Amino acid sequence: MDYEAVIGLETHIQLNTESKIFCACKADSWNAEPNTNICPVCTGMPGVLPVLNRRVVEKGVLLAAAMHAEIQPVSYFDRKNYFYPDLPKGYQISQYDRPLAKGGYLDVPQADGSIRRVTIWKMHMEEDAGKTKNDPLTGTRLIDFNRCGVPLIEMVTGPDLRSADEAANYLIRLRQLLRWIGVSEADMEKGHLRCDANVSVRQKGETILNTKTEIKNVNSIEAVRTAITKEIERQIREYQSGGKVEAWTLEWDEDTQTLKKMRSKETEADYRYFREPDLLPVYLTDEWKVKILETLPELPLERRARFVQEYKLPEYDAELLTSERSLSDYFEATVRAYGGDPKRVSNWLMNDVLRMLNETGQTAAELALTPTYLADIIRFVDAGTVNANTGKSLLQKVNVSGKSPAEIIQAEGLAKVSDDDAIRAVVEQVLAESPKEVESYKNGKTGLMGWFVGQVMKKMQGKADAQKARALLEKHLN
Amino acid sequence: MPLTLQEVEHIAKLARLELTEEEKARYREQLSAILDYVAQLQRLDTSSIPPTASIFSGDSHLRPDEPRPALPREALLKNAPEHEQGQFKIPPVFE
Repeated sequence: MDYEAVIGLETHIQLNTESKIFCACKADSWNAEPNTNICPVCTGMPGVLPVLNRRVVEKGVLLAAAMHAEIQPVSYFDRKNYFYPDLPKGYQISQYDRPLAKGGYLDVPQADGSIRRVTIWKMHMEEDAGKTKNDPLTGTRLIDFNRCGVPLIEMVTGPDLRSADEAANYLIRLRQLLRWIGVSEADMEKGHLRCDANVSVRQKGETILNTKTEIKNVNSIEAVRTAITKEIERQIREYQSGGKVEAWTLEWDEDTQTLKKMRSKETEADYRYFREPDLLPVYLTDEWKVKILETLPELPLERRARFVQEYKLPEYDAELLTSERSLSDYFEATVRAYGGDPKRVSNWLMNDVLRMLNETGQTAAELALTPTYLADIIRFVDAGTVNANTGKSLLQKVNVSGKSPAEIIQAEGLAKVSDDDAIRAVVEQVLAESPKEVESYKNGKTGLMGWFVGQVMKKMQGKADAQKARALLEKHLN
Repeated sequence: MPLTLQEVEHIAKLARLELTEEEKARYREQLSAILDYVAQLQRLDTSSIPPTASIFSGDSHLRPDEPRPALPREALLKNAPEHEQGQFKIPPVFE
Protein backbone atom coordinates (compact mmCIF):
# COMPACT_ATOMS: atom_id res chain seq x y z
CA MET A 1 0.00 0.00 0.00
CA ASP A 2 1.29 3.47 -0.86
CA TYR A 3 1.22 6.18 1.77
CA GLU A 4 1.65 9.90 1.48
CA ALA A 5 2.53 12.41 4.16
CA VAL A 6 0.40 15.43 5.01
CA ILE A 7 2.42 18.18 6.63
CA GLY A 8 1.71 21.68 7.86
CA LEU A 9 4.27 24.01 9.38
CA GLU A 10 3.88 26.56 12.13
CA THR A 11 6.63 29.15 12.04
CA HIS A 12 7.60 31.97 14.34
CA ILE A 13 9.52 34.73 12.61
CA GLN A 14 11.52 37.23 14.62
CA LEU A 15 11.28 40.65 13.00
CA ASN A 16 14.53 42.60 12.76
CA THR A 17 13.36 45.83 14.37
CA GLU A 18 15.68 47.90 16.55
CA SER A 19 13.37 47.92 19.55
CA LYS A 20 10.80 45.52 21.01
CA ILE A 21 7.15 45.40 19.99
CA PHE A 22 5.60 47.22 22.97
CA CYS A 23 8.53 48.96 24.66
CA ALA A 24 11.77 50.68 23.67
CA CYS A 25 14.15 47.96 24.91
CA LYS A 26 16.65 46.74 22.35
CA ALA A 27 15.13 43.85 20.42
CA ASP A 28 18.30 41.97 19.56
CA SER A 29 19.91 40.34 22.58
CA TRP A 30 22.27 37.97 20.77
CA ASN A 31 25.41 37.73 22.95
CA ALA A 32 23.88 40.09 25.53
CA GLU A 33 24.10 39.24 29.23
CA PRO A 34 20.82 37.87 30.67
CA ASN A 35 18.23 40.46 31.69
CA THR A 36 20.11 43.45 30.28
CA ASN A 37 17.46 44.45 27.70
CA ILE A 38 14.45 44.63 29.96
CA CYS A 39 12.15 47.26 31.44
CA PRO A 40 8.94 47.41 33.48
CA VAL A 41 6.80 46.90 30.33
CA CYS A 42 8.41 43.71 29.03
CA THR A 43 8.76 42.22 32.51
CA GLY A 44 5.10 42.77 33.29
CA MET A 45 5.34 45.21 36.19
CA PRO A 46 2.00 46.50 37.50
CA GLY A 47 0.71 49.75 36.05
CA VAL A 48 2.66 49.81 32.79
CA LEU A 49 1.16 50.28 29.34
CA PRO A 50 2.33 48.75 26.06
CA VAL A 51 2.80 51.08 23.05
CA LEU A 52 2.96 49.45 19.64
CA ASN A 53 6.12 49.82 17.54
CA ARG A 54 5.28 51.31 14.12
CA ARG A 55 7.98 49.29 12.33
CA VAL A 56 6.45 46.02 13.50
CA VAL A 57 3.24 46.85 11.64
CA GLU A 58 5.21 47.94 8.59
CA LYS A 59 7.28 44.77 8.45
CA GLY A 60 4.17 42.69 9.07
CA VAL A 61 2.41 44.40 6.16
CA LEU A 62 5.40 43.82 3.87
CA LEU A 63 5.47 40.13 4.72
CA ALA A 64 1.71 39.82 4.28
CA ALA A 65 1.97 41.43 0.85
CA ALA A 66 4.86 39.16 -0.14
CA MET A 67 2.72 36.17 0.91
CA HIS A 68 -0.20 37.47 -1.19
CA ALA A 69 -2.35 37.74 1.92
CA GLU A 70 -5.30 40.08 2.42
CA ILE A 71 -4.04 42.94 4.53
CA GLN A 72 -6.67 44.14 7.01
CA PRO A 73 -7.39 47.87 7.40
CA VAL A 74 -8.21 47.32 11.08
CA SER A 75 -6.79 44.62 13.30
CA TYR A 76 -6.74 44.01 17.03
CA PHE A 77 -4.48 42.64 19.71
CA ASP A 78 -5.73 40.07 22.18
CA ARG A 79 -4.52 38.51 25.38
CA LYS A 80 -3.65 34.85 25.32
CA ASN A 81 -3.72 33.76 28.95
CA TYR A 82 -1.51 31.05 30.35
CA PHE A 83 0.90 30.57 33.20
CA TYR A 84 4.49 29.80 32.46
CA PRO A 85 7.61 31.22 34.09
CA ASP A 86 8.93 32.71 30.83
CA LEU A 87 5.80 34.88 30.55
CA PRO A 88 5.92 37.45 33.35
CA LYS A 89 2.51 39.03 32.69
CA GLY A 90 0.62 35.74 32.77
CA TYR A 91 -0.58 36.45 29.22
CA GLN A 92 0.97 36.92 25.82
CA ILE A 93 -0.18 39.85 23.70
CA SER A 94 -1.09 38.28 20.37
CA GLN A 95 -3.74 38.59 17.69
CA TYR A 96 -6.62 36.17 17.47
CA ASP A 97 -9.79 36.64 15.45
CA ARG A 98 -8.91 39.95 13.77
CA PRO A 99 -5.27 39.58 12.74
CA LEU A 100 -3.21 41.86 10.52
CA ALA A 101 -3.62 39.61 7.47
CA LYS A 102 -5.80 36.78 6.24
CA GLY A 103 -5.06 34.02 3.76
CA GLY A 104 -2.08 34.07 1.42
CA TYR A 105 0.27 31.52 -0.05
CA LEU A 106 3.86 30.82 -0.94
CA ASP A 107 4.85 29.06 -4.15
CA VAL A 108 7.66 26.62 -3.50
CA PRO A 109 9.63 25.22 -6.46
CA GLN A 110 10.53 21.56 -6.01
CA ALA A 111 13.55 19.63 -7.23
CA ASP A 112 11.60 18.10 -10.14
CA GLY A 113 10.65 21.55 -11.44
CA SER A 114 7.08 21.46 -10.17
CA ILE A 115 5.65 24.14 -7.90
CA ARG A 116 3.94 23.39 -4.61
CA ARG A 117 1.54 26.15 -3.59
CA VAL A 118 1.46 26.31 0.20
CA THR A 119 -1.55 28.15 1.61
CA ILE A 120 -1.33 30.27 4.72
CA TRP A 121 -4.01 29.71 7.31
CA LYS A 122 -2.88 32.11 9.97
CA MET A 123 -0.63 35.15 10.09
CA HIS A 124 -0.44 37.57 12.98
CA MET A 125 1.77 39.79 15.11
CA GLU A 126 2.68 38.88 18.67
CA GLU A 127 5.31 39.26 21.35
CA ASP A 128 7.91 36.64 22.20
CA ALA A 129 8.32 35.12 25.66
CA GLY A 130 11.51 34.89 27.73
CA LYS A 131 13.93 32.03 28.00
CA THR A 132 14.17 29.55 30.82
CA LYS A 133 16.93 27.08 31.32
CA ASN A 134 17.46 24.28 33.78
CA ASP A 135 20.21 24.48 36.30
CA PRO A 136 21.16 20.79 36.47
CA LEU A 137 23.13 21.29 39.71
CA THR A 138 20.27 22.56 41.83
CA GLY A 139 17.31 21.32 39.80
CA THR A 140 16.00 24.89 39.68
CA ARG A 141 15.30 27.09 36.69
CA LEU A 142 16.89 30.35 35.68
CA ILE A 143 14.94 32.93 33.71
CA ASP A 144 16.19 35.52 31.24
CA PHE A 145 13.58 38.06 30.10
CA ASN A 146 15.65 39.64 27.32
CA ARG A 147 13.52 37.94 24.66
CA CYS A 148 10.22 39.05 26.25
CA GLY A 149 8.49 41.45 23.91
CA VAL A 150 10.66 40.77 20.86
CA PRO A 151 8.35 41.14 17.84
CA LEU A 152 7.22 37.97 16.09
CA ILE A 153 5.03 37.06 13.17
CA GLU A 154 3.37 33.70 13.64
CA MET A 155 2.56 32.03 10.37
CA VAL A 156 0.76 28.71 9.99
CA THR A 157 0.45 26.83 6.71
CA GLY A 158 -2.36 24.58 5.60
CA PRO A 159 -1.70 20.79 5.45
CA ASP A 160 -0.30 21.24 1.95
CA LEU A 161 3.17 19.73 2.08
CA ARG A 162 3.59 16.12 0.98
CA SER A 163 7.10 15.12 2.03
CA ALA A 164 9.94 16.03 4.35
CA ASP A 165 11.79 17.54 1.38
CA GLU A 166 8.83 19.74 0.50
CA ALA A 167 8.72 20.96 4.10
CA ALA A 168 12.44 21.73 4.00
CA ASN A 169 12.02 23.53 0.66
CA TYR A 170 9.23 25.63 2.11
CA LEU A 171 11.50 26.78 4.91
CA ILE A 172 14.37 27.48 2.52
CA ARG A 173 12.10 29.65 0.35
CA LEU A 174 10.54 31.36 3.35
CA ARG A 175 13.99 32.18 4.72
CA GLN A 176 15.05 33.56 1.34
CA LEU A 177 11.90 35.69 1.16
CA LEU A 178 12.24 37.07 4.70
CA ARG A 179 15.80 38.22 4.05
CA TRP A 180 14.92 39.45 0.59
CA ILE A 181 12.21 41.82 1.81
CA GLY A 182 14.31 42.72 4.85
CA VAL A 183 11.85 41.88 7.61
CA SER A 184 13.95 39.29 9.45
CA GLU A 185 17.52 38.03 9.57
CA ALA A 186 15.87 34.58 9.48
CA ASP A 187 18.87 32.88 11.04
CA MET A 188 17.51 29.57 12.31
CA GLU A 189 20.52 28.99 14.55
CA LYS A 190 19.79 32.21 16.36
CA GLY A 191 16.10 31.39 16.66
CA HIS A 192 14.95 34.10 14.24
CA LEU A 193 12.97 31.46 12.40
CA ARG A 194 11.48 28.69 14.53
CA CYS A 195 9.40 25.81 13.31
CA ASP A 196 6.93 23.22 14.60
CA ALA A 197 5.63 20.58 12.20
CA ASN A 198 2.25 18.84 12.12
CA VAL A 199 2.56 15.44 10.48
CA SER A 200 0.10 12.75 9.49
CA VAL A 201 0.05 10.09 6.81
CA ARG A 202 -2.72 8.59 4.71
CA GLN A 203 -3.10 6.19 1.83
CA LYS A 204 -2.39 7.78 -1.52
CA GLY A 205 -5.53 9.01 -3.17
CA GLU A 206 -7.38 9.61 0.07
CA THR A 207 -8.50 13.11 0.97
CA ILE A 208 -9.19 12.63 4.66
CA LEU A 209 -6.87 13.99 7.32
CA ASN A 210 -5.73 11.35 9.77
CA THR A 211 -4.65 11.99 13.34
CA LYS A 212 -1.56 14.17 13.36
CA THR A 213 1.35 14.51 15.69
CA GLU A 214 3.06 17.78 16.42
CA ILE A 215 6.84 17.96 16.33
CA LYS A 216 8.30 20.77 18.39
CA ASN A 217 11.72 22.33 18.27
CA VAL A 218 12.84 21.53 14.72
CA ASN A 219 15.13 24.47 14.32
CA SER A 220 17.30 23.84 11.31
CA ILE A 221 16.51 22.84 7.75
CA GLU A 222 18.22 19.49 8.31
CA ALA A 223 16.33 18.88 11.57
CA VAL A 224 13.06 19.50 9.71
CA ARG A 225 14.05 17.01 7.03
CA THR A 226 15.27 14.29 9.38
CA ALA A 227 12.61 14.64 12.07
CA ILE A 228 9.71 14.62 9.62
CA THR A 229 11.17 11.69 7.66
CA LYS A 230 11.46 9.65 10.85
CA GLU A 231 7.95 10.53 11.99
CA ILE A 232 6.44 9.63 8.60
CA GLU A 233 8.20 6.26 8.73
CA ARG A 234 7.00 5.63 12.28
CA GLN A 235 3.38 6.44 11.43
CA ILE A 236 3.43 4.19 8.35
CA ARG A 237 4.87 1.34 10.43
CA GLU A 238 2.14 1.94 13.00
CA TYR A 239 -0.66 1.68 10.39
CA GLN A 240 0.93 -1.30 8.64
CA SER A 241 1.09 -3.27 11.86
CA GLY A 242 -2.56 -2.55 12.52
CA GLY A 243 -1.91 0.04 15.20
CA LYS A 244 -3.08 3.62 15.28
CA VAL A 245 -1.45 7.01 15.51
CA GLU A 246 -2.22 9.05 18.58
CA ALA A 247 -2.20 12.82 18.77
CA TRP A 248 1.14 13.10 20.51
CA THR A 249 3.34 16.08 20.90
CA LEU A 250 6.90 15.10 20.07
CA GLU A 251 10.09 16.90 20.74
CA TRP A 252 13.06 16.66 18.40
CA ASP A 253 16.30 15.94 20.23
CA GLU A 254 19.10 17.33 18.11
CA ASP A 255 21.83 15.50 20.03
CA THR A 256 20.44 11.98 19.67
CA GLN A 257 18.57 12.72 16.38
CA THR A 258 15.42 11.16 17.82
CA LEU A 259 11.86 12.17 18.57
CA LYS A 260 10.71 12.04 22.16
CA LYS A 261 7.13 12.02 23.30
CA MET A 262 6.35 15.01 25.48
CA ARG A 263 4.11 14.59 28.45
CA SER A 264 0.58 15.46 27.34
CA LYS A 265 -0.89 18.61 28.74
CA GLU A 266 -3.06 18.23 31.80
CA THR A 267 -6.03 19.66 29.97
CA GLU A 268 -6.58 21.02 26.52
CA ALA A 269 -5.20 24.53 26.26
CA ASP A 270 -7.70 27.07 27.50
CA TYR A 271 -6.24 30.44 26.64
CA ARG A 272 -9.36 32.55 27.32
CA TYR A 273 -8.48 35.05 24.60
CA PHE A 274 -9.96 38.50 24.96
CA ARG A 275 -9.22 41.91 23.43
CA GLU A 276 -6.12 43.56 24.87
CA PRO A 277 -7.68 46.56 26.63
CA ASP A 278 -4.33 48.37 26.95
CA LEU A 279 -3.86 48.75 23.18
CA LEU A 280 -5.81 50.58 20.54
CA PRO A 281 -6.93 48.91 17.32
CA VAL A 282 -4.29 48.93 14.59
CA TYR A 283 -5.59 51.26 11.92
CA LEU A 284 -3.80 50.82 8.63
CA THR A 285 -4.82 53.79 6.52
CA ASP A 286 -4.67 53.49 2.73
CA GLU A 287 -2.08 56.23 2.66
CA TRP A 288 0.21 54.43 5.09
CA LYS A 289 -0.32 51.09 3.38
CA VAL A 290 0.62 52.54 -0.01
CA LYS A 291 3.75 54.05 1.49
CA ILE A 292 4.77 50.71 3.02
CA LEU A 293 4.11 48.76 -0.16
CA GLU A 294 6.23 51.17 -2.19
CA THR A 295 9.21 49.60 -0.46
CA LEU A 296 8.24 46.05 -1.46
CA PRO A 297 10.85 44.84 -3.95
CA GLU A 298 10.39 42.47 -6.85
CA LEU A 299 10.15 39.02 -5.22
CA PRO A 300 12.79 36.30 -5.68
CA LEU A 301 10.83 33.92 -7.93
CA GLU A 302 9.62 36.77 -10.14
CA ARG A 303 13.13 38.05 -10.49
CA ARG A 304 14.42 34.56 -11.25
CA ALA A 305 11.88 34.20 -14.04
CA ARG A 306 12.76 37.63 -15.40
CA PHE A 307 16.48 36.83 -15.44
CA VAL A 308 15.76 33.78 -17.61
CA GLN A 309 13.46 35.77 -19.89
CA GLU A 310 15.27 39.07 -20.13
CA TYR A 311 18.91 38.01 -19.98
CA LYS A 312 18.49 34.53 -21.49
CA LEU A 313 20.25 32.99 -18.52
CA PRO A 314 20.05 29.26 -17.85
CA GLU A 315 17.70 28.34 -14.95
CA TYR A 316 20.72 27.31 -12.93
CA ASP A 317 22.36 30.74 -13.22
CA ALA A 318 19.12 32.57 -12.52
CA GLU A 319 18.49 30.49 -9.39
CA LEU A 320 21.98 31.07 -8.03
CA LEU A 321 22.03 34.78 -8.83
CA THR A 322 18.67 35.33 -7.12
CA SER A 323 19.52 33.32 -4.02
CA GLU A 324 20.04 36.63 -2.29
CA ARG A 325 18.72 40.07 -3.16
CA SER A 326 21.93 42.08 -3.02
CA LEU A 327 23.64 39.55 -5.29
CA SER A 328 20.85 39.82 -7.85
CA ASP A 329 20.96 43.64 -7.66
CA TYR A 330 24.72 43.45 -8.15
CA PHE A 331 24.32 41.23 -11.19
CA GLU A 332 21.86 43.60 -12.84
CA ALA A 333 23.98 46.66 -12.10
CA THR A 334 27.00 44.93 -13.63
CA VAL A 335 25.04 43.89 -16.72
CA ARG A 336 23.97 47.51 -17.20
CA ALA A 337 27.49 48.84 -16.72
CA TYR A 338 28.97 46.19 -19.00
CA GLY A 339 26.51 46.39 -21.86
CA GLY A 340 27.59 43.06 -23.34
CA ASP A 341 26.41 39.45 -22.99
CA PRO A 342 24.73 38.96 -19.57
CA LYS A 343 25.83 35.31 -19.52
CA ARG A 344 29.43 36.54 -19.51
CA VAL A 345 28.71 38.63 -16.40
CA SER A 346 26.95 35.65 -14.85
CA ASN A 347 30.04 33.46 -15.40
CA TRP A 348 32.32 35.97 -13.73
CA LEU A 349 29.91 36.29 -10.83
CA MET A 350 29.31 32.60 -10.30
CA ASN A 351 32.94 31.55 -10.66
CA ASP A 352 34.91 34.32 -9.05
CA VAL A 353 32.77 36.88 -7.28
CA LEU A 354 30.76 34.26 -5.38
CA ARG A 355 33.99 32.67 -4.16
CA MET A 356 35.14 36.09 -3.01
CA LEU A 357 31.87 36.61 -1.12
CA ASN A 358 32.24 33.24 0.57
CA GLU A 359 35.82 33.92 1.53
CA THR A 360 35.29 37.43 2.87
CA GLY A 361 31.83 36.92 4.33
CA GLN A 362 30.73 40.14 2.62
CA THR A 363 27.43 40.67 0.87
CA ALA A 364 27.57 41.78 -2.76
CA ALA A 365 26.50 45.28 -1.73
CA GLU A 366 29.51 45.55 0.58
CA LEU A 367 32.16 44.77 -2.02
CA ALA A 368 34.66 47.50 -2.84
CA LEU A 369 34.68 45.78 -6.22
CA THR A 370 31.62 47.68 -7.42
CA PRO A 371 29.49 46.56 -10.39
CA THR A 372 31.13 49.34 -12.45
CA TYR A 373 34.64 48.08 -11.63
CA LEU A 374 33.67 44.48 -12.38
CA ALA A 375 32.25 45.59 -15.72
CA ASP A 376 35.52 47.47 -16.40
CA ILE A 377 37.57 44.34 -15.72
CA ILE A 378 35.44 42.16 -17.98
CA ARG A 379 35.74 44.79 -20.73
CA PHE A 380 39.54 45.01 -20.31
CA VAL A 381 39.72 41.23 -20.73
CA ASP A 382 37.36 41.33 -23.74
CA ALA A 383 39.47 44.02 -25.38
CA GLY A 384 42.68 42.13 -24.71
CA THR A 385 44.08 44.91 -22.53
CA VAL A 386 44.80 42.29 -19.87
CA ASN A 387 44.68 38.52 -20.17
CA ALA A 388 42.07 36.44 -18.34
CA ASN A 389 44.34 35.50 -15.43
CA THR A 390 45.34 39.09 -14.82
CA GLY A 391 41.66 39.99 -14.98
CA LYS A 392 40.89 37.50 -12.23
CA SER A 393 43.73 38.72 -10.04
CA LEU A 394 42.40 42.25 -10.53
CA LEU A 395 39.16 41.30 -8.77
CA GLN A 396 41.02 40.78 -5.51
CA LYS A 397 43.24 43.81 -5.97
CA VAL A 398 40.31 46.12 -6.61
CA ASN A 399 38.33 44.72 -3.70
CA VAL A 400 41.23 45.09 -1.28
CA SER A 401 42.42 48.53 -2.41
CA GLY A 402 39.14 50.09 -3.55
CA LYS A 403 41.07 51.54 -6.52
CA SER A 404 39.71 51.37 -10.06
CA PRO A 405 40.96 48.54 -12.32
CA ALA A 406 42.38 51.10 -14.79
CA GLU A 407 44.41 52.70 -12.02
CA ILE A 408 45.82 49.36 -10.89
CA ILE A 409 46.67 48.24 -14.43
CA GLN A 410 48.52 51.50 -14.93
CA ALA A 411 50.31 51.52 -11.58
CA GLU A 412 51.40 47.88 -11.70
CA GLY A 413 52.05 47.73 -15.44
CA LEU A 414 49.66 44.84 -15.85
CA ALA A 415 48.62 45.57 -19.40
CA LYS A 416 49.06 42.58 -21.65
CA VAL A 417 52.19 42.67 -23.80
CA SER A 418 51.20 42.00 -27.39
CA ASP A 419 54.31 43.52 -28.91
CA ASP A 420 55.87 40.77 -31.08
CA ASP A 421 59.44 41.96 -30.59
CA ALA A 422 59.19 42.01 -26.82
CA ILE A 423 57.70 38.52 -26.72
CA ARG A 424 60.15 37.19 -29.32
CA ALA A 425 63.08 38.35 -27.17
CA VAL A 426 61.77 36.39 -24.19
CA VAL A 427 60.96 33.35 -26.34
CA GLU A 428 64.53 33.28 -27.61
CA GLN A 429 65.84 33.65 -24.09
CA VAL A 430 63.71 30.75 -22.80
CA LEU A 431 64.78 28.48 -25.63
CA ALA A 432 68.43 29.35 -25.13
CA GLU A 433 68.18 28.52 -21.40
CA SER A 434 66.44 25.16 -21.96
CA PRO A 435 68.49 23.10 -24.40
CA LYS A 436 67.31 19.78 -22.93
CA GLU A 437 63.63 20.61 -23.27
CA VAL A 438 64.21 21.89 -26.80
CA GLU A 439 65.89 18.58 -27.64
CA SER A 440 63.04 16.54 -26.18
CA TYR A 441 60.48 18.63 -27.99
CA LYS A 442 62.24 18.12 -31.29
CA ASN A 443 62.32 14.39 -30.59
CA GLY A 444 58.54 14.38 -30.52
CA LYS A 445 57.66 15.36 -26.94
CA THR A 446 55.34 18.12 -28.17
CA GLY A 447 53.47 18.17 -24.90
CA LEU A 448 56.28 20.39 -23.66
CA MET A 449 54.73 23.31 -25.54
CA GLY A 450 52.61 24.17 -22.50
CA TRP A 451 55.73 24.24 -20.34
CA PHE A 452 57.48 26.63 -22.76
CA VAL A 453 54.49 28.96 -22.79
CA GLY A 454 54.50 28.84 -19.02
CA GLN A 455 58.17 29.83 -18.89
CA VAL A 456 57.55 32.80 -21.17
CA MET A 457 54.56 33.90 -19.07
CA LYS A 458 56.60 33.55 -15.91
CA LYS A 459 59.39 35.77 -17.22
CA MET A 460 56.81 38.35 -18.30
CA GLN A 461 54.89 38.27 -14.99
CA GLY A 462 51.87 36.76 -16.72
CA LYS A 463 51.38 39.76 -18.95
CA ALA A 464 52.27 38.17 -22.28
CA ASP A 465 49.59 37.50 -24.84
CA ALA A 466 49.67 33.72 -24.45
CA GLN A 467 48.49 33.02 -27.99
CA LYS A 468 51.23 35.15 -29.47
CA ALA A 469 53.83 33.50 -27.25
CA ARG A 470 52.68 30.08 -28.41
CA ALA A 471 52.77 31.06 -32.07
CA LEU A 472 56.28 32.46 -31.76
CA LEU A 473 57.50 29.38 -29.86
CA GLU A 474 56.12 27.09 -32.54
CA LYS A 475 57.78 29.15 -35.21
CA HIS A 476 61.15 28.91 -33.48
CA LEU A 477 60.92 25.24 -32.64
CA ASN A 478 59.66 23.89 -35.93
CA MET B 1 -27.78 29.49 34.58
CA PRO B 2 -25.69 28.43 37.54
CA LEU B 3 -22.11 27.27 36.92
CA THR B 4 -21.32 23.67 37.66
CA LEU B 5 -18.86 22.81 40.38
CA GLN B 6 -16.55 21.37 37.71
CA GLU B 7 -16.53 24.71 35.90
CA VAL B 8 -15.59 26.53 39.09
CA GLU B 9 -12.78 24.04 39.66
CA HIS B 10 -11.55 24.47 36.07
CA ILE B 11 -11.50 28.26 36.37
CA ALA B 12 -9.66 28.01 39.68
CA LYS B 13 -7.10 25.72 38.13
CA LEU B 14 -6.49 28.08 35.21
CA ALA B 15 -5.91 30.89 37.70
CA ARG B 16 -3.70 28.61 39.81
CA LEU B 17 -5.99 28.99 42.84
CA GLU B 18 -6.52 26.34 45.47
CA LEU B 19 -10.03 26.50 46.85
CA THR B 20 -11.65 24.78 49.80
CA GLU B 21 -14.98 23.01 49.27
CA GLU B 22 -16.71 25.84 51.11
CA GLU B 23 -15.06 28.44 48.85
CA LYS B 24 -15.98 26.51 45.72
CA ALA B 25 -19.62 26.54 46.74
CA ARG B 26 -19.53 30.25 47.57
CA TYR B 27 -17.75 31.27 44.34
CA ARG B 28 -20.09 29.10 42.34
CA GLU B 29 -22.98 31.15 43.66
CA GLN B 30 -21.24 34.51 43.27
CA LEU B 31 -19.85 33.85 39.81
CA SER B 32 -23.22 32.56 38.63
CA ALA B 33 -24.91 35.72 39.86
CA ILE B 34 -22.37 37.90 38.04
CA LEU B 35 -22.80 35.95 34.82
CA ASP B 36 -26.59 36.15 35.10
CA TYR B 37 -26.34 39.89 35.54
CA VAL B 38 -24.15 40.29 32.49
CA ALA B 39 -26.32 37.87 30.54
CA GLN B 40 -29.10 40.47 30.56
CA LEU B 41 -27.08 42.29 27.89
CA GLN B 42 -27.28 39.25 25.65
CA ARG B 43 -31.00 39.88 25.26
CA LEU B 44 -30.33 43.04 23.25
CA ASP B 45 -30.13 42.68 19.50
CA THR B 46 -26.71 44.05 18.60
CA SER B 47 -26.35 42.32 15.25
CA SER B 48 -26.18 45.63 13.38
CA ILE B 49 -23.65 47.25 15.72
CA PRO B 50 -19.93 46.57 15.28
CA PRO B 51 -18.24 45.40 18.49
CA THR B 52 -16.54 48.15 20.45
CA ALA B 53 -12.89 47.32 21.00
CA SER B 54 -12.02 50.78 22.12
CA ILE B 55 -13.75 54.06 22.74
CA PHE B 56 -10.95 55.87 20.93
CA SER B 57 -10.84 55.79 17.19
CA GLY B 58 -8.80 56.73 14.20
CA ASP B 59 -5.35 56.65 15.70
CA SER B 60 -3.36 53.66 16.91
CA HIS B 61 -0.85 55.77 18.89
CA LEU B 62 2.24 54.11 17.54
CA ARG B 63 5.80 54.49 18.70
CA PRO B 64 8.86 55.05 16.49
CA ASP B 65 11.29 52.13 16.37
CA GLU B 66 13.98 53.74 18.50
CA PRO B 67 15.65 51.80 21.29
CA ARG B 68 16.18 53.44 24.67
CA PRO B 69 18.38 52.26 27.53
CA ALA B 70 17.07 49.34 29.53
CA LEU B 71 16.37 49.35 33.25
CA PRO B 72 19.38 48.39 35.37
CA ARG B 73 19.24 44.67 35.93
CA GLU B 74 19.59 45.03 39.70
CA ALA B 75 16.43 47.12 39.87
CA LEU B 76 14.37 44.23 38.53
CA LEU B 77 16.19 41.41 40.24
CA LYS B 78 15.65 42.98 43.63
CA ASN B 79 11.92 42.22 43.32
CA ALA B 80 12.67 38.52 42.93
CA PRO B 81 12.72 36.17 45.92
CA GLU B 82 15.82 34.54 44.48
CA HIS B 83 18.25 35.19 41.67
CA GLU B 84 21.48 33.74 40.36
CA GLN B 85 23.92 34.78 37.61
CA GLY B 86 21.78 37.76 36.74
CA GLN B 87 18.72 35.59 36.28
CA PHE B 88 15.52 34.97 38.17
CA LYS B 89 15.66 31.67 40.00
CA ILE B 90 12.53 29.59 40.37
CA PRO B 91 11.61 26.10 41.54
CA PRO B 92 11.45 23.30 38.95
CA VAL B 93 8.54 23.63 36.54
CA PHE B 94 5.78 21.00 36.36
CA GLU B 95 5.69 18.39 33.56
